[in-house]
Amino acid sequence: MATVVDIADLAIGFDNGPPVLASFTASLEARSFTAIVGPSGVGKSTLLRVIAGLLAPRQGTVSTPFEADPTRRPFALVFQEARLLPWRPILGNVLFGLEHLPLSASERRRRALEALELVGLADYAHRWPYQLSGGQRQRVNLARALAVQPALLLLDEPFSALDAITRHTLQGELLRLWQATHTTILFVTHDLDEAVYLADRVIVLGSNGQPGARIIRDFLVPLERPRDRSSVGFSDHVGQVRSALSEIMTNGAGI
Amino acid sequence: MSNRRWLAPLGLLVFLLGWEAVPRLGLVSSLLLPPPSSLPAAFWREISGGWWLTATLDSLGHYSVGLVLGTGIGVALGVAAALWSDLDSFLSWIVRLLRPVPGLAWVPFAIVWFGISEAAATFIIVIGVLWINFYASYGAAKAVDKDLIELAESFGHKGVWRQLLPIVLPASASGILSGVRTGLGQAWMAVVAAELFGIPGLGQRMMQASSLLATDVVVVYMITIAVLYGLTDILFVWLRDRLLSWQR
Repeated sequence: MATVVDIADLAIGFDNGPPVLASFTASLEARSFTAIVGPSGVGKSTLLRVIAGLLAPRQGTVSTPFEADPTRRPFALVFQEARLLPWRPILGNVLFGLEHLPLSASERRRRALEALELVGLADYAHRWPYQLSGGQRQRVNLARALAVQPALLLLDEPFSALDAITRHTLQGELLRLWQATHTTILFVTHDLDEAVYLADRVIVLGSNGQPGARIIRDFLVPLERPRDRSSVGFSDHVGQVRSALSEIMTNGAGI
Repeated sequence: MSNRRWLAPLGLLVFLLGWEAVPRLGLVSSLLLPPPSSLPAAFWREISGGWWLTATLDSLGHYSVGLVLGTGIGVALGVAAALWSDLDSFLSWIVRLLRPVPGLAWVPFAIVWFGISEAAATFIIVIGVLWINFYASYGAAKAVDKDLIELAESFGHKGVWRQLLPIVLPASASGILSGVRTGLGQAWMAVVAAELFGIPGLGQRMMQASSLLATDVVVVYMITIAVLYGLTDILFVWLRDRLLSWQR
């Protein structure tokens, strides 16, 4: 499998403070689904922002070996909150991500409508954000990112603010979209069940007593899909991740 | 609720009756307080003489030019200072120095610089609405949600110029427009004040009438100003609600 993103020895910190993230190295393969879990404050969201190019790292590199396609963005972020622009209808919100790509107006519109179709909101293109439910807004958040056809889709706890039923529905939807669009996904969550349900690979971040977080464990989740949350194999994997996390928490150095 | 609806017109009626009664009962001379019943005749004299229309059009002319200029400069400077911290620092002491000076304190300079002219009236109005718009826009543009700025950057809208139209202006529109609305009222005060010094318009006509002790005519113009302000405010609120319809 081809590598989509190479993250090498990334360190992140703010101003002259201690590092938030001491070291992070990972290669993400094309069409893979990787989840990052860890205690809050460990720098998971910050890591996504550095990969997306919104923050500069203290050291290390994020490289994308693939041929750059100017009509796509290398990375797209799905935020924890929907962050829709209330003064734009839904279609306008999805178009927002496409406005600096070299595409004709009709091509932008086609891609935005296609993305809305993918998340099941084609009929809502001309509605306003306030007319949508929380789950629907998160779908728009996702459609906005899918429309730029990113090489790597970054998701920052996108379902954490939703009720359990909507969360499970959207987890299923995300898997369907992942398979339909052949995109590569890096998904940050603090929900272990969610990580094991969605991902092929789970990376556990923690601080291990030294300043700054690093990779504590890096699991593969070779469970067949569709996954059954009530199966023994599923619980085993969740248990493995949980014990890796409780190890670092009992070291008194979780954060 | 349905009973309260009658309280507002009732209040106005009681006010007018009291006003009418005071000169009628001889408590005050009708020269000092013209009764409301004398106003329609005075109004008709001003209309048929052509003074009312001329004065109103003159004032509306000063008002609109001064308002547009003062609002435009105030909003542009306020938003710019909020977005560029260098400009913010550069302006901060200038603003502190000039802002407390009341608009009317500029009248002597307006007359020295521009003479008794339209330009002088415009200048007074510009000063009168500038700071309100500056502060409202500055505050609104400073308060734009940083999450939306981050969203813009993550989708390639990098730099202030690329964020100005899609994010900063719509996000601060509500705050900017509340400054503009306050300015609408301030500008009417400034217009009348400037004209009291002899620039043609409603204010000048009021001065002429009061020097002839035609107090009923003065009241006609006071009411004219109140109605014009009320109409501009209603029109503005109507426009604003259409512009901000996305706010529900």
